[in-house]
Amino acid sequence: MTTATASATEAKRVEVSDLDIYYGSFHAVKSVTMTIQPNKVTAIIGSSGCGKSTFLRSLNRMHELVEGARVEGSVILDGQDIYAADVDSVMVRRQVGMVFQNPNPFPTMSIGDNVAAGLRLNSRKAKKDELDEIVERSLRGANLWEEVKERLDRPGSSLSGGQQQRLCIARAIAVQPEVLLMDEPCSALDPVATLAIEDLIGDLKNNYTIVIVTHNMQQAARASDFTAFFNLENSGDPGQLVELDRTDTIFSNPENKATEDYVSGRFG
Amino acid sequence: MSTTTDTTAAVSHPRGRQRLGDRIFSGGATAAGITILVLLAGVATFLLIEAWPAITAPAEDIPGGEGLFRFILPLAFATVVSALIGLVVAVPFAIAIALFITHYAPRRLAQSMGYLIDLLAAVPSIVYGLWGVSVLAPASLGVLQWLEGNVGFLPFFEGPVSSTGRTMLVAGVVLAVMILPIITAITREVFLQTPKAHKEAAYALGATRWEMIRMAVLPFGRSAMISGSMLGLGRALGETMAVTIILSASGASIFNLGLISSASNPTIAANIALDFPELSGISVNALIASGLVLFAITLAVNMAARVVINRRREFTGAA
Amino acid sequence: MRERATERERRYEVERDGREPEDERGREAGTTDARTPLVGGSLPRWGPWAVFSGVTAAVAGVLSVLGFNVALLAVASVVLTGAIIYGWARAVEGRRKATDRAITIAVSSAFALALTPLISLLFTVTSRGLARFDVQLFTESMRGVLGEGGGIQHAIVGTLVITGVATAASVPIGIMAAIYLHEYGRGRLKRALTFFVDVMTGIPSIVAGLFAYALFVLIYGPGIRLGVMGAVALSVLMIPIVVRSTEEMLRVVPNGLREASYALGVPKWRTIVKVVLPTSFAGIVSGAMIAVARIIGETAPLLITTGVFNSVNFNPFDGRMENLAVFAYNEYATPGIPNEPYIDRAWAAALTLLLIVMILFFVARLISARFGVKTR
Repeated sequence: MTTATASATEAKRVEVSDLDIYYGSFHAVKSVTMTIQPNKVTAIIGSSGCGKSTFLRSLNRMHELVEGARVEGSVILDGQDIYAADVDSVMVRRQVGMVFQNPNPFPTMSIGDNVAAGLRLNSRKAKKDELDEIVERSLRGANLWEEVKERLDRPGSSLSGGQQQRLCIARAIAVQPEVLLMDEPCSALDPVATLAIEDLIGDLKNNYTIVIVTHNMQQAARASDFTAFFNLENSGDPGQLVELDRTDTIFSNPENKATEDYVSGRFG
Repeated sequence: MSTTTDTTAAVSHPRGRQRLGDRIFSGGATAAGITILVLLAGVATFLLIEAWPAITAPAEDIPGGEGLFRFILPLAFATVVSALIGLVVAVPFAIAIALFITHYAPRRLAQSMGYLIDLLAAVPSIVYGLWGVSVLAPASLGVLQWLEGNVGFLPFFEGPVSSTGRTMLVAGVVLAVMILPIITAITREVFLQTPKAHKEAAYALGATRWEMIRMAVLPFGRSAMISGSMLGLGRALGETMAVTIILSASGASIFNLGLISSASNPTIAANIALDFPELSGISVNALIASGLVLFAITLAVNMAARVVINRRREFTGAA
Repeated sequence: MRERATERERRYEVERDGREPEDERGREAGTTDARTPLVGGSLPRWGPWAVFSGVTAAVAGVLSVLGFNVALLAVASVVLTGAIIYGWARAVEGRRKATDRAITIAVSSAFALALTPLISLLFTVTSRGLARFDVQLFTESMRGVLGEGGGIQHAIVGTLVITGVATAASVPIGIMAAIYLHEYGRGRLKRALTFFVDVMTGIPSIVAGLFAYALFVLIYGPGIRLGVMGAVALSVLMIPIVVRSTEEMLRVVPNGLREASYALGVPKWRTIVKVVLPTSFAGIVSGAMIAVARIIGETAPLLITTGVFNSVNFNPFDGRMENLAVFAYNEYATPGIPNEPYIDRAWAAALTLLLIVMILFFVARLISARFGVKTR
């Protein structure tokens, strides 16, 4: 791709230890310990309801938007526990960006304003040319610039689904996070758009640590460096991390029987 | 309709043939729809017929003796002033309440608050009127005196202050209390429907709660805030009993800017309610003419609201 | 590496505006590969409440010297607390969180302030209405009553008859029109009807009354007052409410249900009668009840169409008819001497009306909660 690939930057490592996630009395995810490598793509796979999305959201405290949510354990981002007492969830989210399942550009904002939305929060009077520059760089970073540069003032909703999702990625990287979380970013997209996003993910890891939840095992195999398999023993049980390894190992020679059953299409 | 079972006809003329039942039923539904349009046209027509004698009557026969225009104008002025006071007071509160219920209050509390607001929208206006005159009016005396003492140089707050509190300002505040639930109900509904995706998008960028509201909730609810306010304004313009009870003064035929003195003009609606039972002859026609004017004003406000909403709907998603 | 570093510098320049100095040092350091802090300054959790109590105490102290006033105390305390919290948060937490806190305080106190008149209203009506809320109130009319005593039986009968006639006319028309709009309507007629139903919801009630008067005066001549005139006026107000709420409920019926029925070869009208209406029945009923609740307390249109009457009258086509709202108004506006019994009766009638509205409302809610379509 374009500029950003030229020089890679070291992003941050995330260490999760003994993480338990609860919604009220419901135990959603049980004692997860894993290290998410910097500048790598880590895919999280597993059947529906196994807590993958909940776990992903706990990495930038988005799950706290659900009333009654709480965690035990720690998530260390660059040496700091994001769940420490005096940590501000707002600041966590500035460092750990997120892209959602369905593209969600702000409907009343133009393409350019969507990208600049996060930046505007922090500066009442950002200079227009500075903002423009960041908008352009972010859109280039999301492989979208060439397609939209003529119509930055058009509404974000005028784009196709795949373009909207890349717009959301541009919006997330405009605030320069360290980690980018993606919650099934392609499940609402057609195959061509999916491929474009997967290419983009490959480029983005030069600058960011990426965690992606996916239902699509081919996608995990194609786009990720590491794969984590989540599972639950019985329905109603909390989800657990079964196995985390290099992606090729998970798909060719997993240690755990359940993992093997899952990746080979036999449900365990 | 194409649901008919005799297939050849249905296939070749999808809309050509209808069953008898369908024809009768759709005919009945259409007739009901047309009835409503006829009814609305009837309102305008019959008001016009009964107002006509006053429109054509010589000026000295109209109450006040200076013609219909001169008769209605101060009333219309008072109507607009009181409704605007109500609107200006109510809208910020209504939006704050809607936000509080949808985004600040604990969820369990929010549900019952929603019911309470809906219920208050159905409280009869006579009840608001009785409350306004017996509780709010006496309680407002201190504020009214303070206004006269400190900002009395403004024409609105010129003395002498009413000794009963039965003033235009109090009437406006009661109107605000009355339209508050209506505006709140509409905006709350729409704030609740703000797509979760937009809210999460804002939070994921590191927005605080207020920033999330500004980025996602308010833009989404903008047309609801406008239409809710317009509907509230329409309600305030046409509201009768509360103003009737509080002002209880009729027929003043001078412009009156004073909001805190007792010599306020009644609104069109209040004037009708006060005088209609007592009057006869051409005076009744004059009152009906004033009602026609009120009808026209509220119609214009409501139609403007609809146009705004429809245009915004087309532009949803525009910058 | 270089590219990324310059990007970061720019980002920090943009951010600088709203940031705290020490915060910024951390960020500058971040460019040279130290960690970016996640910890912002933050007010202690007890902070806002402590400030509020302190301020309230202080204001109360000042006011006890100047003359005590509950309203002034509340307003002054809230405003001062807001200002202090904003200043404190701005110094410790930065502009964005300070704004967030200030808005939270503003929204919550606006809510509390707006509830005050509403609570006061419910309290006043209840406490003053109870003075005459006795058996006699419901067993007697005002026939031959001067001064004390008497009841509102005639007004209750009148209210029920007038509202009943209005409901009987409005609900079928309203429901059928909603069916037209949602199931059949297309083109200009549909657009016109949608638009005018919306507009019609905004007709002032007094105008509806004038319309009924103007209509009947053409038939019966000036000065006519009939129960049915009131019903016509109320129908004008009620029909659009029924249309809107019914349409809303039809919209909730999943399209899949209709298609399933069509797929079985069921004609459209039978689909509507057998599938769509039963599914949305509870919602339509509760919508109609709320429409009744909305119009049952109307005063203005009845004041000019049904007149004043002191005895029970069951026949809407025969002469004047009293009703609760008009009764309350007249007792209050034109009391005799002494005026207490009249005023008491006014409040008792208002309380009765309020109770009827509340009962209708809660039954409607109950129906839609118990039997309504589950949209989830």
